[in-house]
Amino acid sequence: MVNFPTWKKFLVAVICFLGIAFAAPNFVSEDLAQELPDWVPHKQVNLGLDLRGGSHLLLEVEVQAVIDEYLESLVDSARADLRGERIRYRALGKQQRSIGVTIPQEDQREKALQLMRDIDTAAETSIDGDRITISMTDQQIVERRTSAVQQSIEIIRRRIDETGVREPTIQRQGDDRVIVQLPGIDDPERVKRLIGKTAKLTFQMVDIQNSVDEAMAGRVPPGSLLLPMADPSAAPGQEQYILVRKRIAVSGENLVDAQPTFDGRDSQPVVSFRFDTIGARKFGKVTTENVKRPFAIVLDGKVISAPVIQEPILGGSGQISGSFSVQETNDLALLLRAGALPAPLTILEERTVGPGLGADSIAAGEIACIVGLIAVVIFMAIAYGRFGIYADVALAMNIFMILGVLSMLQATLTLPGIAGIVLTIGMAVDANVLIFERIREEMRAGRTPISSIDAGYSRALSTIIDANLTTLIAAILLFAFGSGPVRGFAVTLSIGIVTSMFTAIMLTRLFVVSWLRSKRPTELPL
Amino acid sequence: MKPLNLIPADVDIGFIIKRKLFFVFSALMIVTSIALVTTKGLNFGIDFKGGILIEIRNQEGPANISDMRGKLSSLGLGDVSLQEFGEPTDVLIRIQRQPGGDEAQQQAVNTVKSALGDKVDYRRTEFVGPQVSAELLENGIFAVSLAMLAILVYIWFRFEWQFGVGAVIALLHDVTATIGIFALLDFEFNLSTVAAVLTIAGYSINDTVVVYDRVRENLRKYKTMPLGELLNLSINNTLSRTIITSFTTLLALLALFFLGGEVIRDFSFAMIWGIVVGTYSSICVAVPLLLYFGLDDKARGNLAGDDTDEGAEPQPGAS
Repeated sequence: MVNFPTWKKFLVAVICFLGIAFAAPNFVSEDLAQELPDWVPHKQVNLGLDLRGGSHLLLEVEVQAVIDEYLESLVDSARADLRGERIRYRALGKQQRSIGVTIPQEDQREKALQLMRDIDTAAETSIDGDRITISMTDQQIVERRTSAVQQSIEIIRRRIDETGVREPTIQRQGDDRVIVQLPGIDDPERVKRLIGKTAKLTFQMVDIQNSVDEAMAGRVPPGSLLLPMADPSAAPGQEQYILVRKRIAVSGENLVDAQPTFDGRDSQPVVSFRFDTIGARKFGKVTTENVKRPFAIVLDGKVISAPVIQEPILGGSGQISGSFSVQETNDLALLLRAGALPAPLTILEERTVGPGLGADSIAAGEIACIVGLIAVVIFMAIAYGRFGIYADVALAMNIFMILGVLSMLQATLTLPGIAGIVLTIGMAVDANVLIFERIREEMRAGRTPISSIDAGYSRALSTIIDANLTTLIAAILLFAFGSGPVRGFAVTLSIGIVTSMFTAIMLTRLFVVSWLRSKRPTELPL
Repeated sequence: MKPLNLIPADVDIGFIIKRKLFFVFSALMIVTSIALVTTKGLNFGIDFKGGILIEIRNQEGPANISDMRGKLSSLGLGDVSLQEFGEPTDVLIRIQRQPGGDEAQQQAVNTVKSALGDKVDYRRTEFVGPQVSAELLENGIFAVSLAMLAILVYIWFRFEWQFGVGAVIALLHDVTATIGIFALLDFEFNLSTVAAVLTIAGYSINDTVVVYDRVRENLRKYKTMPLGELLNLSINNTLSRTIITSFTTLLALLALFFLGGEVIRDFSFAMIWGIVVGTYSSICVAVPLLLYFGLDDKARGNLAGDDTDEGAEPQPGAS
């Protein structure tokens, strides 16, 4: 323990140098750090959202909506097929993940079963008495879920990119969740509004043959839908309703561009749009066939407006007017350009920190670190004299190394992470305390300085390892099961445990041994 | 510079003699903690209960809390609590979980924001839905339980089983006492509290292991010494280290408590309390407990079996 081969001294020096080198960029401004040449470490600590300000959102993709939509389409095909073959049926409808239909006439069941099988060959079709069931398989569900989540991530990314947020993180979590992290945004509400909108746009004809009042009374004609008008000024429950055809004339998928602009006549904010070729053809056909009839522009189940078609629109472009503000047309155009979400999103969790609080937290954390450090440094010097000062140098080195490792790994430093560093400052000296106390004991037992130091180090070593490994176990579990900022705490604590073991066992020992060899003291100042 | 010996070298305090006193004190603390948690309950933060937390700073000087309370309680959002937070201009608003799904929570945030107007800065907005809060609580309980189990296994592996059981009882003691003080003082119990509890668990074990290590060493060294005397000797041997390490850790944590800002004050408090209780339990609970676990001649013999300590003398009869 008192022998230090040259290669070991060299290794300790190299590790310390690297620690300082990797920590160094944190002590210069961000701009300067960016300009550093590639061959020197230039990465700064990656600050968490709670320190730099920003929003963390946990979203859930309502996968059931996608499945419902698919089942709905199965119901429609089943109805059409059964009617086409003149098969009598009743109780046709969808459940959680299947659709069912009852065929009362026994002689038609075989034929009906065949038809149902052909609707979706991947699904499981079965018959029980007079009831035929088409159930989606687990694989179909998983496929639809995966693709819905992936598409959602893609759409969210496009929408966020359009708002100009820098460095957003968007990633899948678990089966049907998405984490969105937006550093340093000024208006989280707007981004949330943009992310949360499904933005499903459709053009549907208004049903003018049936009365809205009849439908409001609960008798909605088949093939039609009762939809509310999008009127922000209307109190809940007071919206006007309008009856539209279920059949979608043209959908938002066929849009190629949408821009906020102003109406040529009354200068109201509107959104102008352009269809692709298929959309333009469909739109031209519908408008040609329905001149002087109203059609509805439906966004997320609400009718934005229902203008009357004045003349066939063949150019494939048009505009959406409503009682919009300029901001609303900007947002709507953005949403239409980015595309619709495959399913609605729900915000399960939100944590937003303003830039002011983040800066305050950093400042407070720095002060706490410095004051804690000074207090411990002074105490160690008083308690252990020369040896205490060695431990203090090791402690300072330890902080450099924690910062260096954090910068190198690009781990995220959070406010609890700063707390972890402060805690490490207190605990890091523990290994040295153990060793010094042990050396004192050995001295009292009448050993020579060299032999006391040798015994002190070797006997304290197993205790240090046991004690630190148990804390490390707790820290690693905290990292594995903790979430968000708490993980940041686990990260700095774990790094701190490892670096403090290195500095105590190697660095202070190197100081002590070098001093011992050069001075050859007859008694130790402990 | 003359080093200072805070704890005299020949310290000899009769910890083991007074063990009954410590046990009674600890039992009282544990019973009170459990009683408080079951009757009064914990003040769960939004992490575990769901709900909304908004921290604002008034742009025009000190905030008028009673005025704001009036405005917010008329919104029909149920339980709304306001509290000055660090500075007179800063207010922390907590709103109970809204009935209905996750969308209802989002609605409530918007309602509050429009009621407060634009004369305030939003320093922090957190909202946790019912689904996530339930999961976070589950994960928290799981992490703490697993940590304790892992530590038990490690100690078992490194020492005799008696030590493992003693260490985990001391650990449960510290964790219960920490949760108890949160119930007593009505401090918010949230994710950072769980982090604090886990760290306390780590620290408590760390402290206990150091004393146990010395017990193990002394068992090898003094084979005929009565167990009680030997345990007391081991505590006193390591007392200086135990006190100094706890003291430096407390120094750092006190700096965090007073200077680290409002957001982590409860967290720092939990840690400070945990360090104090953890230090006490290592000395006064974990070690005296070893007397009762039949750390008998056989166990002592086993320990002597892997003996490498030169201080040990051959002992007839030890296997």
